Parts: sequence; structure tokens; C-alpha cells
Amino acid sequence: MTLNNVWVYAEANGDKVTTATLEVITKAREIGTTVSAVYAGTSGDSVAAQVGEYGATTLYVINPGEGLPGQVAAAGIAQLVNEHSPDAVLFVQSYDGRDAMARTSVKLDRPVLTNGFTLTAADGLTFGTAIFGGMVMVDAKYADGGVALIGIRPKSFTAEPSGGGAASVVTVDGFDAGRAGEAKVLERFEEEQTGPKLEEAAVVVSGGRGIGASESYKPLVEELAKALKGAFGASRAIVDAGWVPYALQVGQTGKTVKPKVYIALGISGATQHLVGMKNSDNIIAVNKDGEAPIFGIADLGIVGDVNKVVPALIEAIKNKA
Amino acid sequence: MHVVVCVKQIPDPAVPGALNADHTLKREGKPILDESDSYGVEMALQLVDAAGGGEVTLISMAANGETAGLRTALAMGAAKAVLVSDPACAGSDALGTAKALAKAVERAGGVDLVLAATESSDGYTGTVPAQIAELLGWPALTFAKKVDIADGKVTIQRQTEAGYDTVQASLPALVSVTAGVVEPRYPSFKGIMAAKNKPVDICTAADLGLDGQVGWAGARQTITNVENAPARQAGEKFEDDGTGFEKVVGFLENLKVI
Repeated sequence: MTLNNVWVYAEANGDKVTTATLEVITKAREIGTTVSAVYAGTSGDSVAAQVGEYGATTLYVINPGEGLPGQVAAAGIAQLVNEHSPDAVLFVQSYDGRDAMARTSVKLDRPVLTNGFTLTAADGLTFGTAIFGGMVMVDAKYADGGVALIGIRPKSFTAEPSGGGAASVVTVDGFDAGRAGEAKVLERFEEEQTGPKLEEAAVVVSGGRGIGASESYKPLVEELAKALKGAFGASRAIVDAGWVPYALQVGQTGKTVKPKVYIALGISGATQHLVGMKNSDNIIAVNKDGEAPIFGIADLGIVGDVNKVVPALIEAIKNKA
Repeated sequence: MHVVVCVKQIPDPAVPGALNADHTLKREGKPILDESDSYGVEMALQLVDAAGGGEVTLISMAANGETAGLRTALAMGAAKAVLVSDPACAGSDALGTAKALAKAVERAGGVDLVLAATESSDGYTGTVPAQIAELLGWPALTFAKKVDIADGKVTIQRQTEAGYDTVQASLPALVSVTAGVVEPRYPSFKGIMAAKNKPVDICTAADLGLDGQVGWAGARQTITNVENAPARQAGEKFEDDGTGFEKVVGFLENLKVI
């Protein structure tokens, strides 16, 4: 059994649709006969071509003005849902995605199922999430009919193009976002990004409390990541301590990564962290506490001081290059 | 200025979690203040100071009248709390929780700003703050890593994938703050003693006109399966004797990463 109409709230950075959006559209194609996307932004034509390539046939475009796109989009999405009654609207569990699903949920008075890792339609739409730091998997369904609102964590599915042509663009108007549109973006600051993105890198190096001090983050974590042409991340402990920004956090309340190699430096391996990285292909851990839970899932564990092991490692890698 | 902070009392994350027979989270034992919320409490106290006066009110929801976690935040310096407490609240999803908290904001009265964490440490839906804003008909400035208030407006730096956006709205408004945004103070002994006598206004779902909208019934979901995730096997572990880095080099070479 498949669903008739599955919608996806599509996000883009500039005019490039996010990988997480394409992952969700790919899944939508599998569980639904027709896939449509809703996008709030000013690059409608470019987004229509990209979502079309992954299987969406219609793109509803909402102009968010100067507002936060997810928050303004909700009013448009709610109006469209009332008009077209799709079976499901899928969102990415991102910054804007969470804004959009939260406000949509209130507008439609529908619960939203969040942090989905799996989605099947074989026996009615069933959504799977993880609790207790990914140790336990839970499947849930809506107990009643009506539109399903579901948030999906990035990296849950693989994006695969369908080879479709551009989606046909439908401009949405006539909705009123109310005061939701009053939160205006005055300026955007892009921090200089060197190297690959955390979610897209083949190698991810993350640091935790065990690195000792915020000053150690750059020479240990960033430098090792750089030497391996990878991205750098962090455990919740050092984000909470203000050593690095929230955007670098890997874990339950943070990002999910699935690199070829994940290197955990001074990270004990609280379940909160494991859920964000335990599906990495290979895990290397360096920690001075030999009993740390991270060693329970590491393919290679070094029980030692990161301040000794990592500088020697960086030196050795540089010498090979 | 009157700032409300949404706080959640959660089971101690250091104790392994368990489920009840109906698949809701076991919330036995003494709950603690979710560490994620300590940043909002600290931020609220600092904003009220900067505004030259006002007070901080906490709002929270619990099924069983529990106040242990609230007392921690009161000890930090919040003046009072509104606690929606009712067995009917057990099993509430994010939308039900947001409905209760939005009503609690109205009950607190004359609120200029609501602060919340971006997500709780136990449920981590990340949707409750914006849902509260939608229910109140307010702007929501989410994922703030810096917050300033001046001339009846709140301005934040909003975390983005690439950096941050400067976002502004008129008050009243809701702001969700990321962890690490400020350094939460430790409650003083005097603060802890004072917290014991600070007012906690306890109200039920019915008091707020929310019959049938909170709790498991309001969540309109059924759990169809619960199972342990496949375990990942541990590999080799070595004590570093000064050559530990060579093991890592070898491992990376095998994977052709270097």
C-alpha cells in the first residue's frame, strides 16, 4: 500500500536545495504515488528543477519576505493542506524545518511526530524514532485519520535522483502569517567555512570535555580534521560549556553524522552523543578513561591522553602527505 | 520587564531511562531541572537586570505536582512559578505541552518575553517553543546564541548552518536559546533557602480549559513497536604507550583515508 499524496517542506541554502531535503523527497517517492514540495524563498525556479530531479512534480512557492522562512511558510502550508488534503507533510528536522512543523502543527491542530529515522507505508503510515540515545527504537502511528506531520532527521535516507523534469511551480498567496512574519532577518553573517560540512564530510573529528580546555579545541580537533580533509564537531558537554557553537554539536540534541570515519577525542560517549554518530562506518576513540562507554562501540580505541596522542598523529599524517 | 522562562523537570539523565507499560516515559524518582533550561533562566535574570527592573516567572508542566527542579531555578533568582500539574498531563506530546504552557503564560499575565531552550534533553522534539508562539499569536525568534532587548524590541543572533542571522521583532515575543549562550549561575545558599518560600501557582488542565487536549489522548498516536536497536560491536582497544598514534595511522591507511 502506498499513500496518494506526500508533501515535503523543501529547504535551500541560497538556490541550492539541501541534501537533507533531497533525502526526504527520495523517501516520499517510495511511500507516495505523487510527491509535491513546498518552499519558502526567492529561488523558486532553481528549486523546482532540483526537487523535480528527485521526483517532486509540483512545487508550491511561498514568498517569506524578510521573515524567517519556516515560520512564514507554516501559514501557507496550513492553507494548502486544507485545500488539497495531502496524506502527509514531511519536514527536515533542521532549524527552519522545526519552525515550520511547529507552527503548522498548531494551525492545523495536529500533533507532529518528530525525529523520525524510518518511514514505511506498507501497513498505514508508520514512523520510527529513537529514544534513550538511540538504544531503543520506537514505531508510532497516528491513532486517527487526517494529515500526518512528520519531522525527519538528516541522514536517515539516501538521496537518489529519479531523473524527473522540473516541478511545475505554483505560487501561493492569500494567507496571513500574522505576527509570525514580524521576526525579520536584518542581516546574514556567513562565517568563513574551510573544509567540508559536518554532515557531508567523509571524516569527522569531534572533541569533548577530555580535551581539557577550550583553547585545546583548535590545535587538537580542528587541526586533525584539517589534516584529514574532514569536518570538526563536538559533544554536548563542550557546547554547553560555551567552548564551541551549537552548530557543531553532534548527538541527540544536535546533528546526526554518518561519515566513513568518525574520530572521538576526549568524548566519554554519553547516550546523548552516541545517537548522533553510532551509524558511522568506522569509529576511532581516544580517551584516557579506559572504561568510557565510547570504547564499547569504537572499532579502534586508544586509551591515552589526547594531548599526547593527537599532536603525534597530526605530525605523522602531515609527514605522509 | 516581565520575562517568563519555560522549564522542564526531567528524570536524571545519568539514570538509565525506562518505559511504562503504555510506552510513556517512566518519570519516577526526583526530577531535576533540565540543564538546557538553565541557560534560559540565566538569560532571563540578566535581561531583567539590564532592563533596570522587573521579574522572572517560571512556567512548567508536570503530571504529579513535582517542584524539585523548579526550586533549583527559583534558587537561581526567579521570583515565582506557574506549574500546570495534573495526572491528565501524563503522556502529553509537544502540541499538548505547548497548549498547557501557552495558557500558563497567559495566567502569568503581562508578559513581555518568553524564553525557552531549543529542545528538552529527554523529549527533544524542538517544536514546543514555536508552538507556544503560534498559540499566543506572537513572533518566535528561534535558536538564539545572543539576545538583546532595547526600545521594545528583541534582537537575536540566530544560529544558522553557515553562521548566524541577526533577527529582530517587537515585544511581546518568544525567544529560544541554544546551550552555552550564557554561563548559568550556581544557586547561592541564600537563594536555595529563599526558593523554599517562593510562590508556585499550581493549576490543573481543567483550570486552563484544556480538558482532553493534553495527555496521551491529546497526542493522538499509537505505539506499534518497541525494540532494542542493533548493538554495535566493540573493536580493538590499546593502552597508549607513546605509539598509540601509529595504530590510528595504520587504521586510516587501511581505509585509504590517508
